[in-house]
Parts: sequence; C-alpha cells; structure tokens
Amino acid sequence: MKPLHLVPDEVNIPFLKLRKFFYIFSISLVVISSVLFFTKGLNFGIDFRGGILLEIKTDGPADISGLRDNLGSLGLGDVSIQQFGEPDDVLIQLQRQDGDEKAQMAALETVTKALGDGVSIRRSELVGPKVGDELKEAGIYSVVISLALIMFYIWLRFEWQFAVASVVALLHDVIITVGLFVISGVQFDLATLAAILTVAGYSINDTVVVFDRIREFMRKFRKMDLVELLDLSINTTLSRTVMTSFTTLLALIALFAFGGEAIRGFTFALIFGIVIGTYSSICVASPLLVVLKLRRKIPEGDEATTEEAGAL
Amino acid sequence: MLYFTKWKAALVLLVCALGVIYAAPNFFPKGTFPTEASWMPGKQISLGLDLRGGSHMLLEVGVDSVIRERYDSLTENMRDALREQRLRYRGLRGSADGASVTIVNDDDVEKARSMLAKLDPLTIVGGEGNHIMLTYNEKTRREMIDRAISQSLEVVRRRVDELGTTEPSIQRQGEDRIVVQVPGLDDPSRLRDILGRTAKMNFHLINETKTPQQAKATGIPPGAVIMPGADNASPGEPEEYLVDRRVVVSGDNLIDSQPTFNDGRPVVSFRFDAAGGARFGDVTSKNTGRRLAIVLDGKVISAPRINEPIMGGSGIITGQFGVQEANDLSLLLRAGALPAPMKILEERSVGPGLGQDSIDSGEIAAILGMVFVVVFMAISYGLFGIFANLALIVNLVLILAIMSILQATLTLPGIAGIVLTVGMAVDANVLIFERIREERKIGRSIINSIDAGYRSAMSTILDANITTLIAALVLFSFGSGPIKGFAVTLAIGIITSMFAAIWVTRLIVAFWVKRRRPTELVL
Repeated sequence: MKPLHLVPDEVNIPFLKLRKFFYIFSISLVVISSVLFFTKGLNFGIDFRGGILLEIKTDGPADISGLRDNLGSLGLGDVSIQQFGEPDDVLIQLQRQDGDEKAQMAALETVTKALGDGVSIRRSELVGPKVGDELKEAGIYSVVISLALIMFYIWLRFEWQFAVASVVALLHDVIITVGLFVISGVQFDLATLAAILTVAGYSINDTVVVFDRIREFMRKFRKMDLVELLDLSINTTLSRTVMTSFTTLLALIALFAFGGEAIRGFTFALIFGIVIGTYSSICVASPLLVVLKLRRKIPEGDEATTEEAGAL
Repeated sequence: MLYFTKWKAALVLLVCALGVIYAAPNFFPKGTFPTEASWMPGKQISLGLDLRGGSHMLLEVGVDSVIRERYDSLTENMRDALREQRLRYRGLRGSADGASVTIVNDDDVEKARSMLAKLDPLTIVGGEGNHIMLTYNEKTRREMIDRAISQSLEVVRRRVDELGTTEPSIQRQGEDRIVVQVPGLDDPSRLRDILGRTAKMNFHLINETKTPQQAKATGIPPGAVIMPGADNASPGEPEEYLVDRRVVVSGDNLIDSQPTFNDGRPVVSFRFDAAGGARFGDVTSKNTGRRLAIVLDGKVISAPRINEPIMGGSGIITGQFGVQEANDLSLLLRAGALPAPMKILEERSVGPGLGQDSIDSGEIAAILGMVFVVVFMAISYGLFGIFANLALIVNLVLILAIMSILQATLTLPGIAGIVLTVGMAVDANVLIFERIREERKIGRSIINSIDAGYRSAMSTILDANITTLIAALVLFSFGSGPIKGFAVTLAIGIITSMFAAIWVTRLIVAFWVKRRRPTELVL
C-alpha cells in the first residue's frame, strides 16, 4: 500500500509571490482584533473579574426563566444564566459584588439558599476581588515573560532577524486568537490564557522548523536569491508542517467533541490558535525575513555549525 | 545514527521497562493493585480536585490584627511607664503600624524618648517633635507574622481533620496565606463555616450598673464596652449587652468541648484544664449572683446568671443551636481559636459527580484522539508510521510513569495536555521521516537516508521542543491548580516525546534495518 501524502511530493507553491496579500490579510486581522479589544473588550470570566460561578443540575429540564426571575430578584447585580450540555445543566454567574471578600461570600450563600434543595450544585467557584486582580497581573506577566524568553532563545540560536520575525509572528497569533475571543464573546478565563500560551509555544515551534531549514539552505545554496530560497525552504518543510498540524488538530478535535463542557473554551482556543499559528509560520514569519533584509553572506568558517548542530 | 552499542540499546529498553512497571498501578482500581510484591511500586497518579471532587480554599490570615494586638498591649506598658515618670501625654494609641503618643511638654520629650526606648529592646523609636512612635523591628515583625501563620495552620489542620475526610492538604502560600484542599467534600459551605470563624471564646462579667440603652445615652462606664448578641442567641435575649472589658476566664484554657443535649435541646459542653478550672471556680464563687457573658468572636452567645460557684471546671453553653451548629461550635472550641481572623479569598468546589463525568469524558477524548492519530500515522507513513505509533505508546506510558513517580497531580486540563502531547509527540517522528523522504529523493541509499534523516532533524527537534518547553515552564510557575496540572503534563510530555522519537523509534528502525536489510523504503 502506498502511504498517503497530504502534501504532494513535488510541491512548489510561490508563497513569497503572494506575500503582499498575506500582509494585507494579517494586518487587517490584527487591526480588527486590536480595535475590538479596546472597544468591545474581552468577556472576562470570574477568574479575572472576581465573582461567583455555579454549575447546577436541576431536577428535570431546567426552567431558565424561572431561575432568572428567582435569582434576578435577589439584588445581587448582574446574574447570567445559561443552559449548556444536557437540558438540566445550568451555569449561573454573578458579577463581583461591591465590598470585600465577605460580601462575595454572603452573595454565594444567598444564591445557594435561593436555589433551594431541588437542584444539586455540581461546581461552585468564588473568586474574591483581590485574587481576581492578582490572577490578571500574573496572566500578563506570564505572557510577557514567555514571549521574552522565547525571543531570547531564538536570538541565541539564530540571527536577530529570525528572532524578530518569529516574535512578530507570535504576537500576530496571540493578538488574533484574543481577537477571536472578543468577536465570539466566548469567556476568557485562566484556562484560555493557558491555551494561548500553548499556542505561542506551538506557533514558535512551527516557525523554528521552517527557519532551521532556511538557515540550512542559506549555507547550502549561497548564490540563490533570498525570495527563491525562502520559497524552497517553506515548500520542502510544507509536508511536515501540514502533517504535524493535522495530527495535533485530530487530537484536539477529539478533545473538543468529547472532552466535556469544562474544557471546551480551552480546546476552542487551541484549535484556532494552531490553525493561525501554522498560517503565520508559513505566510508571515518567513516573508518578514525579506522585509528585515536578512543578511545573505554567511562568513566563512560558520560552515562547521551545521555539522555541530547535526551531531547534537 | 543507526548504530547502537549494546549497553545503549539495553538502557533504552530498561527505561521503557521501568516506565511500564511504574505506570502499571494506574490501570488498576485504587487499592486493588497487588502491592504485596515489595519490589513493585504501588504509587498511582493523584487526581486533582476537579477530577475527584472536593474543595479548594485560599485564606488570608489577618496578620495586621495580630500586630495591632501587640501594639495595643505595648501601649499599656507605655501608659504605665509615662505615668510612673509623671510625664504628661495625650493621644496614646496602637495601630497596625505602631504605638504612638504625643508628649505635652516640650521639655519632657527627650526624657520620654530615652525612657520609652528602654521599654522593649525589640522596638525602634521614631516620630518627630513631640510625637513619639514605637515600632517593632522588621525581624520581630516577621517573627510575629510567622508565628501567627504557623498557629493558624495548626488550628486549620485540627479543624479540617475534624471533618473526617481523607488526605486534606493544608499549606502556607506566600507571606500570609493558607491553601486548604479537601478532596471528596460534598458540601463546601461546611468548610466555609468552620474556617471562616476565629472562634475566640472568652468569659466576661456583665456590667449591671446600667442597661446598654442607658449607657449609650449617658456614657459608657469606665472599663466597660457594649457588645452585640450572637445571631443564634436564645429568643428573648437582648440585642446588646454592657460587658466588662476585662476577660475573666479565657477560652485558651479549654481542653474539650462536645455537643450534647439539655432539656431536649442541643447545647455545647466545655471543660477547662486545671488552671482554667481553678480560675473559673474562683470567678464564679466571687461573683455569685452576677451574670457571666460567654463571648464568641466579640458577640455574646448567652449571659447566664451565676447561681452557685462552678468548681468542676466544666459547663454548658445554651443558645438557639441546631444540631449542626452545636456540632460546629464544639468542633471549633476543641480545635482552638485562630490567632487572627481569616478571610476567604477564593473558593472552588467540584462535586464528585462532575469529577467522575470529567474523568469519563477525558478518557474518551484521550482514547479517540490517540486512535485518530495512530490510524493517520499508519496511513501516512506505512511501516514507519507503525514504528512511530509504538513510540507514541511508549511516550504515554512514560508520561504516566513519571507522573506517578513525581506524585504529580492530574487535572482535567492535564488530560488535555496529554491529548495535545499525543498530537504533538508525533512531530519529532514526522520531522525525521520527512527528512528521510527528502534524502531518499535526492538519491541516497536507504541506510544513508535514514542516517542523514536522523542527523539533520535532530537540531530542529531540539529547537522546536525547547521553545514549547519554555512556555510550559512559565505556565507552571505562574499558573494555579488545574492550569499547573496542564503545564506539568505538557512539560513531561515534551521530554518523553523527545526520548521516544529520538531513542525508541531509532532503536526500532535500527533493529529493523539490521534484520530485514530492506532494499525498498516505503515512506
């Protein structure tokens, strides 16, 4: 049996010729995402906002409007009530209460009492204002620190143009993934943040594979035109890029479909991020090297590094 | 790259075998794994609260109030000293930042300063002009906080132990926080009730010179204070009490407390140690006929009249208790008071039903994801795909083994991390196989192609994985709870997948080449 090749063996797509189109596409996505981020804003979950979340199972199909009337009259501010999964699964969220931690606790007790004995509480979360602010801070730190560390590593291993290009591609992926969350209004919580960091790691992984090949070809084909060389590098690694993205997506789709409600937002972010990350390593990161005027001439004596690296 | 020394091959196989041995207990229901054979490890991966159900609580110890108390008592010493020296002062008060006083006469300031400096060797004298402020030095401050936290930890542990759940975990976090995790607790409100209260119980005498209403109108008598009644005081009790400020018997001397019944109503009995019992006897015999207030956390539970001296060192507390409340109160009294009030900053609870559902759906997703990837690899790379699939299984086994050895916690996002690893783990092999294909295309021999494929893919694999590892490590250090679980499985998965791809598949391929001497490479 002949193995299936997702990408034909003799593939030669002129990616670089299309780069203007990719730039326009990417820049508009980034601009739209940023504008929406600052105007519409993210739908932060209670992890970052503080507040209360209850997942309940009602006796028989849930009476959503009844619940809404019941809980809305408690004077606890915005109460969001959503049915999800099975007809008797309901998610209740309360905004952060005015006042300190004690006020949150009192609100939780009020709601639990109002729900009565007819429902079983499957999950309850309460995040006080202090912790919410801290988690937000830690989240921002973790994104900034991982981006900085990744950039540093790439800079250690490659020329600076590669580091800049890969981080631009990375920011591109992160901004657009966040943009998707703004547009879709899907809740942004701690798990989403973890997904975005994972996407960052994955996207850079993809980019590094292409860059590795570019570096290799730069040593091999010293006379080749940069644009031609980049196209060749992308095309020779295209099969791998597509294969890996495909297997990862296969696993994630299983997770999205069967992994349960609790991690759906998380896998949603991962799936989208991996698609966009694959796109960016092919269509954004590599063409950027042309913009950054990657030095073609590698000084003599650098030749040995290929062997060294190969021996690792 | 295809040549393995005997010991290297043996080492790879040994790692795989150890992986199987350490992962094995996870495939048996808890407790049924035959651990009688002492050479077999019996450790299973511990499940996070989101999978097994339970409560997580983040508490903040109000260290400010501990420090404030110390400064308050320091002001008492200052008052005595200033009076003794006949120095006129005003505004003597303690706060969380220090104990301060203002000296009235300018001439006395120097004298007061040097005298107050000698009062407590651990304090630093500050303040400007007539204003003098005593503060404890940083080391002492830190010691006070540490002591308050370790006492709180101890009390929290005793209280949680009383709930009778298995393996609760109580840990300090940061400077002034405590994390409590109680697996298998159905009702988090119970935990909230017993951790949210300081449970400082003291006995005060009721000041019967005035009613609280009179005191409010005409001034509170010296040494007295108005205290509110507790929410569960018996009906007919007043809402406020005028109480002597002085604590006549302190709850620190309690050694036991039990819920019991009195006239068919739940009450709480208590018993003092020898010193407390003697003191209680002394107070009750000197003040027979007066009313004694039982004060819990600044609220009066009841104020019975002392009919006769109580010499046995024990008594009962009556109030409007339900059985549960009587149970909780006695539990709190037994476990002792917290040195400082605690605030609940965060609470997360998962019921056991949801936990089991999550495990089930996580299992299905993991198995399906695995099947998809395995089938797809076999279709794409034929025999080599099957080699890669073997490595994938080794990879999974190693993840389970390492997590069991490290006793890492598996959470729902952690399962997602494993599934993600399954997808990404084949990446290293994909890189290698694609490279072999290319080498073959430019006309190299089979052996040479395989060799070159491994050789040139290696640095790429390393670069690509290290960047993902960086993201995982950052996640681990900043994340909390479930997210940490994700970072752990991701990081472990990256490392094991590299081992599996670079060593295990290579060993299989090397073995295959040696045995079959292939003349055709279908890839």
